[in-house]
Amino acid sequence: MAAFPAVAQSEWTKVRSVRSTVWTLAATFLVTLIAGFLISLVTNLNYEDATKDLHTPFDATSTAFSGIILGELAIVVFGVLAVGNEYSSGMIRVSLAAVPQRAILMTAKIAVLTGIALAVSLVTVFITFFAGQAALGGHSTGLGEPNVLRAVFGAACYLTLLCLFSAGMTVVLRNQTLALGILMPFFFLLSPILSIVPWVENVARYFPDRAGSAAIQVYQPSDQPYGPWVGLLICALWTAAALVCGYLVLQKRDA
Amino acid sequence: MIELHHLTKRYGDKLAVDDLSFRIPEGVVTGFLGPNGAGKSTTMRMILDLDHPTSGEVTIGGKHYAEIQDPLRRIGALLEAKAVHPGRTAYDHLLWLAQSNRVPRARVDEVLDLVGLTAVAKKRARGFSLGMGQRLGIASALLADPQTLMFDEPVNGLDPEGILWIRNLMKRLASEGRTVFVSSHLMSEMALTADHLVVIGRGRLLADLPMAEFIKRNSRSAVRLRTPHQEQLLNALHGAGLTAEAGPDGAWEVVDGDPVVLGELAAAHGVTLHELSPQQASLEEAFMQMTAESVEYRTGSTDEPAPAPAWGAGWDNRRTGKEN
Repeated sequence: MAAFPAVAQSEWTKVRSVRSTVWTLAATFLVTLIAGFLISLVTNLNYEDATKDLHTPFDATSTAFSGIILGELAIVVFGVLAVGNEYSSGMIRVSLAAVPQRAILMTAKIAVLTGIALAVSLVTVFITFFAGQAALGGHSTGLGEPNVLRAVFGAACYLTLLCLFSAGMTVVLRNQTLALGILMPFFFLLSPILSIVPWVENVARYFPDRAGSAAIQVYQPSDQPYGPWVGLLICALWTAAALVCGYLVLQKRDA
Repeated sequence: MIELHHLTKRYGDKLAVDDLSFRIPEGVVTGFLGPNGAGKSTTMRMILDLDHPTSGEVTIGGKHYAEIQDPLRRIGALLEAKAVHPGRTAYDHLLWLAQSNRVPRARVDEVLDLVGLTAVAKKRARGFSLGMGQRLGIASALLADPQTLMFDEPVNGLDPEGILWIRNLMKRLASEGRTVFVSSHLMSEMALTADHLVVIGRGRLLADLPMAEFIKRNSRSAVRLRTPHQEQLLNALHGAGLTAEAGPDGAWEVVDGDPVVLGELAAAHGVTLHELSPQQASLEEAFMQMTAESVEYRTGSTDEPAPAPAWGAGWDNRRTGKEN
């Protein structure tokens, strides 16, 4: 059996040796930070207008994370490319010849992706949080307030899970162009649109991104049937399902 | 020792590999020969456990490929020339491969030097020519210093210099006592490098024998005679119990004839010879003859629609045309 630490080291080398890793992760950080900062600034300047229709108290934490819908796209691209480039180049056959034990290869790859995505997400969310609070000025909150720290961590978990979900879907689809072509419109268009359509929203709220984003809210909306932890769990179940399906495809299909 | 036991691979209705059993002899270059689409690549992928056999199995020293610890140390393979991420450098490509099988990092520089890619080690593979990609693929096969090497059509698309390099490399590997298993659809290429031959056609084993025996068994040798006195020559041959077939341009050919005997026979009968030359059918002809028969056999025994023209199909048509 191939040794797991050796394979994990090898997977780390794969990820760090291509430029797309740097681009997508830098984009995740910058887009989340800049969009969150600007929206926080605008909210602060137009506080009365921005908050007059709210059903819950003003959520300074999730306001700072307003840019996460864009940041998540970048980390989804990272997850897809990190796995999908093996299929587009035919390198998957080289990888499987080197590590024919599919379970070890897949676990090592996902472990490395998890580590990288979580580290980048944590840095991103904490810096974004503090930048957003600075922009919100008098309307800001602090990490010590109830549920705030949970929401900040929740944002990091949310980004990481979406990245892994995308990686799993890419192994299922075995094609990075196809994976991007499905996941990007889904997260950016389909899911946000369906979640405002009456009745359909009751289904759409169980989509991985809608459910996972519940973890970012400090105050739970009254019409949401689950809390932040359950939301994160739903997102984690989607991710686990995608990864298990990916493993089965890797195991059963000819490379 | 790599052994194939009744290996079969079916894609839908099509049998790509059909009950293939043979073992790859150790310490020599074995040519794995067949027309395009004969199932060579599929067989190689099944040896590496990349494709799952429909039935049968491959064992490597009694084990399945997936049971081997650090398999690159046992078998190094080149399946595709450019199975490299275009944005990764040659060095990093070999580094991740080395790490996955616990091969020391220093070995990466060694194999880069061995294949002559040291100068472009830090260049991204995107800019590599086919020949450079092929060399990088060979570097990854040699990386863990394996006893057995497997190359799928390594000379495809290479320039003469690259072909010569690969040929010499294979000979050198075999001289080091390694097992080399190399596929090709070119008999002439194999004749220069292989000691042993495994020939398949339409997924079936057609021959598994030493190169020399293949030549002996499959090629036709004859002595060509040309004379202005045809009647006398034929009478002389007939008198000696030999039969001659009409050759090209009024020449006559004695199959398996001995030029010494024939020359003396002609002299004894006072027949002037303008030509007395041993003729050896080329290996390419022998190979085409062999695979053409497999095509004939296959189409004759099933109701499948006519297959795409394969290697040797022209020969097949000529032959069947004559017989019908």
